[in-house]
Amino acid sequence: MGKKIAKEVSIAIADAVAQCKVDVISAYPITPQTHIVEHLAELVNNGELDAEYIPVESEHAAMSACIGASAAGARTFTSTASQGLLLMYENLFIASALRLPIVMVIANRSISAPISIWNDHSDVMTIRDSGWIQTFAENGQEAVDLIYHAYKVAEKTLLPVAVNIDGFTLSHVIEPIELLDQDLVDKYIPPLRMKYKLDPKKPVSIGAIGIPEIYTEAKKAQDEALKASYKIIINAWRQFEKISGRKYQSVETYEMEDAEVALIIMGSLAETAMNAVDYLRRKGKKVGLVRFRLWRPFPLRDFIKSIGKVKALGVVDRAVSHCSTGGPVGIEVRSALYQSNKRPKVVNFIAGLSGRDVTKEDFIELFEKTYEALSKRLKVSYEIYGVKE
Amino acid sequence: MRPELKKFKGFTLKKLPEYEGFAPGHRACQGCGTVLPLRLALKALGPNTIAVSATGCMEIISSPFPYTSWKIPWIHVAFENAASVASGIEAAIKVLRRKRKIRCKQKINIVVFAGDGATFDIGLQFLSGALERGHDFIYICLDNEAYMNTGVQRSAATPYGAHTTTSPAGTLIKGQTTWKKNLMGIVVAHNIPYAATASPAYPTDLMNKVKKAALVNGPAFIHVFSPCPTGWGCKGEDSILLAKLAVETKVFPLYEVIDGKYIVKRITKPKPVEEYLKLQRRFRHLTSEQIEYIQKRVDEEYEKLIKLAECFAPED
Repeated sequence: MGKKIAKEVSIAIADAVAQCKVDVISAYPITPQTHIVEHLAELVNNGELDAEYIPVESEHAAMSACIGASAAGARTFTSTASQGLLLMYENLFIASALRLPIVMVIANRSISAPISIWNDHSDVMTIRDSGWIQTFAENGQEAVDLIYHAYKVAEKTLLPVAVNIDGFTLSHVIEPIELLDQDLVDKYIPPLRMKYKLDPKKPVSIGAIGIPEIYTEAKKAQDEALKASYKIIINAWRQFEKISGRKYQSVETYEMEDAEVALIIMGSLAETAMNAVDYLRRKGKKVGLVRFRLWRPFPLRDFIKSIGKVKALGVVDRAVSHCSTGGPVGIEVRSALYQSNKRPKVVNFIAGLSGRDVTKEDFIELFEKTYEALSKRLKVSYEIYGVKE
Repeated sequence: MRPELKKFKGFTLKKLPEYEGFAPGHRACQGCGTVLPLRLALKALGPNTIAVSATGCMEIISSPFPYTSWKIPWIHVAFENAASVASGIEAAIKVLRRKRKIRCKQKINIVVFAGDGATFDIGLQFLSGALERGHDFIYICLDNEAYMNTGVQRSAATPYGAHTTTSPAGTLIKGQTTWKKNLMGIVVAHNIPYAATASPAYPTDLMNKVKKAALVNGPAFIHVFSPCPTGWGCKGEDSILLAKLAVETKVFPLYEVIDGKYIVKRITKPKPVEEYLKLQRRFRHLTSEQIEYIQKRVDEEYEKLIKLAECFAPED
């Protein structure tokens, strides 16, 4: 077993990427992702990682080069955030449709305007239909473990994986983190062998034109592949538990066994939310917490199961979907519930935009507001929480 | 001379490789002056080659699923980013060779085919990045002087005066108002080992340049003049004639820049530009003043090139 060492999460992520023996790293600097790619560049230039580091001139080029490298059979990595993710946008859809197992870390950050470098989920929520497998980490250990998991899953499903970590609140904190022993990593992630790649010995054409007669079928096939990835994702976590002792599932629950009211959240804020749950539980309130670790493919059944018999759900979104029926997670949750017989009240909050603190006290208030939904009719489909007068 | 080029004797018409990398049956227009240089380039490069296409005519005519004209591994990703995709492929091959996951001993050529829109306009940053980083690849710009695939819209490569659908010959403004962007100047400013212009009217010269581009270590760029009967409004059978006239009128001079040294094919008895212009419907509205201006500017640009060639001549 590895030893727990205090490390900045970004550095630990880069170390994990290096342990996965990545072949090509192609990245462009953007706050708060920089420490990850800086450390990888350092490892390459110090001869500690045998890889090609392409210091591209933009994020669009970063993803383009990853696509090229991956199509040529290399294990690839990139990392970005915010405007960078938006700049590479069109390529994300191409990477997944071409079935390329690229791994990307998104150090989640708000998007302009106003320009802001701080954390929320505005960036990643724009790519929810891109066909990427998307996971969210709560803490540093999970972020690192999701890296190993990402390579395992990407190369088995031939789909790209985005691992989301909250910018600054995760990327820049120092935590005790345990990296896997190298021999375990090697066993967990065998060398990449792609059946179809750019190889002069076995030529294939990649990225052909899809005329109307075949486009629908191509999209259906891609959708099936992402759907089928769910089992592989879960199995990969089971295997990971066997080698690391750390257990992961698609939807995490906290105090949900008998919960009447629960909040739903993604990312690192869950740690604070759990403190609020503990506090309210001590006061005798039956509250709980649900957290999506897996966001795409959406774990519909696991989610429905996770909410037990709650009467009211408060969904805490960290991105705005302007004048929609809710925040991105809120919309998804309401839609998911309609595919089951469960009908809890759903309140949707948008909180913690651009690094605005959401404290334990805030979560207590959000729980109270969710409780109110049990007796009052909802007037709005979502509320932007904590707006200063 | 570059040591990589010393052994290369050059192709001759009698000794052309039989190899074809681009299969017939593709959907290019009659008389297409773009697909011909593409085919010749692949002939020069041989089978140990990976091609990247930018979105555009050549991508679209060659790959209607489930058919493909590409006998070599080929990838198309998007419009602007072919140079970055090639950067990734080059890096991958380099590291996979180092890790002995690719055991092929021969050099694998990585070649980009992109149109003028994908190169002069939307992809310029990507091209610049890839050239600056020094990837060992060949970028071939097949320049048909407008966005032909989307229906003949002007690009930065469209020549002065030309009618396109977005630079129409109106009653007030008569066609393209700007001079063609000096792409070779931009490329050469990156100090890459090899840059050249080429024309399908000079097929062995074109193939030799492609081969040299493949042989040098580092980035190489070839700007290929590619007549487009559909977009230019000329006869299909005239595309090679036009390619030849463009050289003979000094509109499109043929030259190489090897390590910053210029080798220019001199035109001793230039034909008047009008001979080139009059065969194309895109220029039919031009006034005599406009033609005079074009002649003057073409002469000046050619003189500039000759001066460069005199200042930066190869030593041997």
